[in-house]
Amino acid sequence: MISRRTFLRYTVAMGAMAGVSSLLPAYAFSGFKNQDVLTPQGPDNVIDLTISKKTITIAGKKTRATTINGTVPGPLIRLREGQDITLRVTNKLDEDTSIHWHGILLPFQMDGVPGVSFDGIKPGETFEYRYPVRQSGTYWYHSHSGLQEQLGHYGPMIIDPADNDPVEYDREYPVVLGDWTFEDPYEVLENLVKQDGYYNFQQRTMGEFLRDSRKDGLGSALKNYGMFGKMRMSATDLLDITGATYTHLMNGRGPDSNWTALFKKGEKVRLRFINASAGTTAFDVRIPGMKMTVVQTDGQNVEPIPVDEFRIGIAETYDVIVEPKEEKAFTIFAESLDRSSYARGTLAPREGMEAPVPKLRPRPVRSMKDMGMKMDMAGMDMDEGNMKMEGMDHGEHGNMNMDHGNMQMSAKAADPVKHGPDHHGISAAAIADYQFDRLDEPGIGLGNDGRKVLVYRDLKSLDPNTDEREPGREVELHLTGNMERYMWSFDGKEFHEVDGPIEFKHNERLRLILVNDTMMEHPIHLHGMWMEMENGNGQYNPRKHTLLVQPGQRISARVTPRDKGRWAFHCHILYHMERGMFRVVQVADEEGSIYGQDYS
Amino acid sequence: MDRTIHDLSQQAFERILSDIQSCITMTMMKRVSTFLFTVLIVAITGTSAFAQKAPEFSNDLMMGDKTYLFLIADRLEYSSISGSNPLVWDAQGYLGNSVNRFWFKAEGEALTTEKEGETELQGLYSRAIGSYFDLQAGIRYDFAYNREFNQSRAFGVIGFQGLAPYFFEVDGGLFVSEDGDISASFEAEYDLLLTQRLIGQPRLATKVAVQEVEQWGVGSGFNDIQLGFRLRYEIKREFAPYIGISWTRKLGETADFSRLEGGEVGTLGLVGGVRIWF
Repeated sequence: MISRRTFLRYTVAMGAMAGVSSLLPAYAFSGFKNQDVLTPQGPDNVIDLTISKKTITIAGKKTRATTINGTVPGPLIRLREGQDITLRVTNKLDEDTSIHWHGILLPFQMDGVPGVSFDGIKPGETFEYRYPVRQSGTYWYHSHSGLQEQLGHYGPMIIDPADNDPVEYDREYPVVLGDWTFEDPYEVLENLVKQDGYYNFQQRTMGEFLRDSRKDGLGSALKNYGMFGKMRMSATDLLDITGATYTHLMNGRGPDSNWTALFKKGEKVRLRFINASAGTTAFDVRIPGMKMTVVQTDGQNVEPIPVDEFRIGIAETYDVIVEPKEEKAFTIFAESLDRSSYARGTLAPREGMEAPVPKLRPRPVRSMKDMGMKMDMAGMDMDEGNMKMEGMDHGEHGNMNMDHGNMQMSAKAADPVKHGPDHHGISAAAIADYQFDRLDEPGIGLGNDGRKVLVYRDLKSLDPNTDEREPGREVELHLTGNMERYMWSFDGKEFHEVDGPIEFKHNERLRLILVNDTMMEHPIHLHGMWMEMENGNGQYNPRKHTLLVQPGQRISARVTPRDKGRWAFHCHILYHMERGMFRVVQVADEEGSIYGQDYS
Repeated sequence: MDRTIHDLSQQAFERILSDIQSCITMTMMKRVSTFLFTVLIVAITGTSAFAQKAPEFSNDLMMGDKTYLFLIADRLEYSSISGSNPLVWDAQGYLGNSVNRFWFKAEGEALTTEKEGETELQGLYSRAIGSYFDLQAGIRYDFAYNREFNQSRAFGVIGFQGLAPYFFEVDGGLFVSEDGDISASFEAEYDLLLTQRLIGQPRLATKVAVQEVEQWGVGSGFNDIQLGFRLRYEIKREFAPYIGISWTRKLGETADFSRLEGGEVGTLGLVGGVRIWF
């Protein structure tokens, strides 16, 4: 049953603001106020959501989308810590659907993963999600059924803390980043299966080879191209799916449609960035002319860090505070990692204002380090960024004089770890022979232009983690893939090849180690429990629900599985998950039961 | 079971609702309905949501081993070789998942100047034996015709296909004919990106036979070598018209057979065609 009242109020509010009826959520309009959100109604704290197909307009083109309460993205759900809520989700599609509450700790039957936590929501049915809200922060929700997420089935969720918010702000906006394709997502996947570089129109050409030869010398260029050729790896394998098919969205609006967030001079504006891309898009976010102070990631408060730019992997969230001191427009620029496209919005004192939109930077190329190969200068933690394999030829072209930007030669960085004898079989086209710490590196294409870019090492939780035990054991998983066959897996095993879940013991303390054997970034999401990323901050290690693991990186997190059940664990690149980079983690008590938890 | 009861109760309740709709306000109704609905559910199922049984573990939730159908005509061209002007096709494809595939290949030519041509068909089981290579085994069927007669023969095939270091697409096969004659073929291609869409493709192919098979014009030793360079423009990834040159030289005994028949030993021609896949 839909709550007609809520729905009506919502659409009327939207219509009034836009002056026209629209298929965008309230927060996509600059007159957005915080009352234009979905909040729990009645004594049972009910929120109604309806999933249906609608024709919507994206970047001026009409297209069919999977909408939540009629919009893409879905409405902003606003909850308060401590509420017992009921979310009634009605499926008006002609196929099964689901909603997963991303990053929320809840009874696993409410987690919304068909086949793992429940049976999914059949066409015409309503499913009631009921759970106590035990946390606060910026989160999101999305379908966990097939490729629906790519068709718009996602939305933001904000939970206000029960007590005072340690983050001070006068005004706030959700900034939901997304990627849209006018193709059928199943065809997108099929294209990738049949030709790995289908969407990559930034490959290295003869012309680039000649330019590189002129710049670095023929020998050096040959060595570099030869290295990638020998490994059968594409140096421009940055994102599987690019701006060739994607229109990147900010709160459902394409770059030309210019989503605008209003501010008054001197206000503290909280921007809650959520990367709800389905495909492969990691974004590099900056607001030219303005410092951003990162105050939260994945819903968990961190010590404020002023930055010029940050990379947000799929499914991650970052909250930043900005304080515009001038009555002028600022561009919110979210560039895709491969520089093929961008999402854009404007922060302005009045509607209709615009600031210059930066040019896309040149697309970077992969380095030896991304292939898990050790450079000549052992132990030196360099970010190659746009540089090309200079590790092979350090002396020659004076890379030592390069501006290393904000790169920290951190003493804390762990030494590279050598890969074991298991090369993970056919579905692992390569392994990271050496696995690097990389916590001080902002990622490919970043950090070499003088901007202060957020690195994982910067993140320090505002409040301490409560479990002080040392990990009792380690669980190591390798992210593996074969771009040529478009196979994705953990430890070389695609999900359909495994015969059982990964077993965690209820309330044990363990160290989860992720090693990226591939040459691409993977946002790895663990449902149902926090990953306390081990970045040298002890009890203040930041809590993450999604870790963006860099190529050749070895990263670890402390985990305490407090909630029993079966939890999904996967790469949040939808197509990688569907192709096998997926596992089920089972948290059982000493009797082996996953049931009977008390949530009172 | 619970689900059915749930549905029934929901339907029944919706009927009651519509009856009393006229006398209470929407707000009231919403509150009452929420309350009654919850009471109903708890009363009927007698369970709390948190005790719901989860599905048994299954690894059949994703599309990791989905079967795809892939067809490509790498060369589909007209060749301006004086005297014969053949139409040439080189198509293949598979039906299968990432590891196990049924692979088929069709290669041949038909002269446009006279009734003459030959075609070679292969049906293979193909299995991934490495990240980049498939091992293939199956059968091959050759058919040749001209004005006077036609002939055919069958082979057993074992071969490999994949991507070699430095991005060479290679394909090799070992053939044993129904008469026990042994032969082999090898082919390599390379994509040279001039721009993102303008792609040069050098190609090399050669055949070798152990026994001489005069009826098919095959001598023992190397039969021939083919070199080609095609320049295609990918209007779409799947559709690329091209032009190029193709040079073929028959070798050794095979060349002798050709001379005896009054045929050409070496041919050089311009080609034009389309590369297409889906």
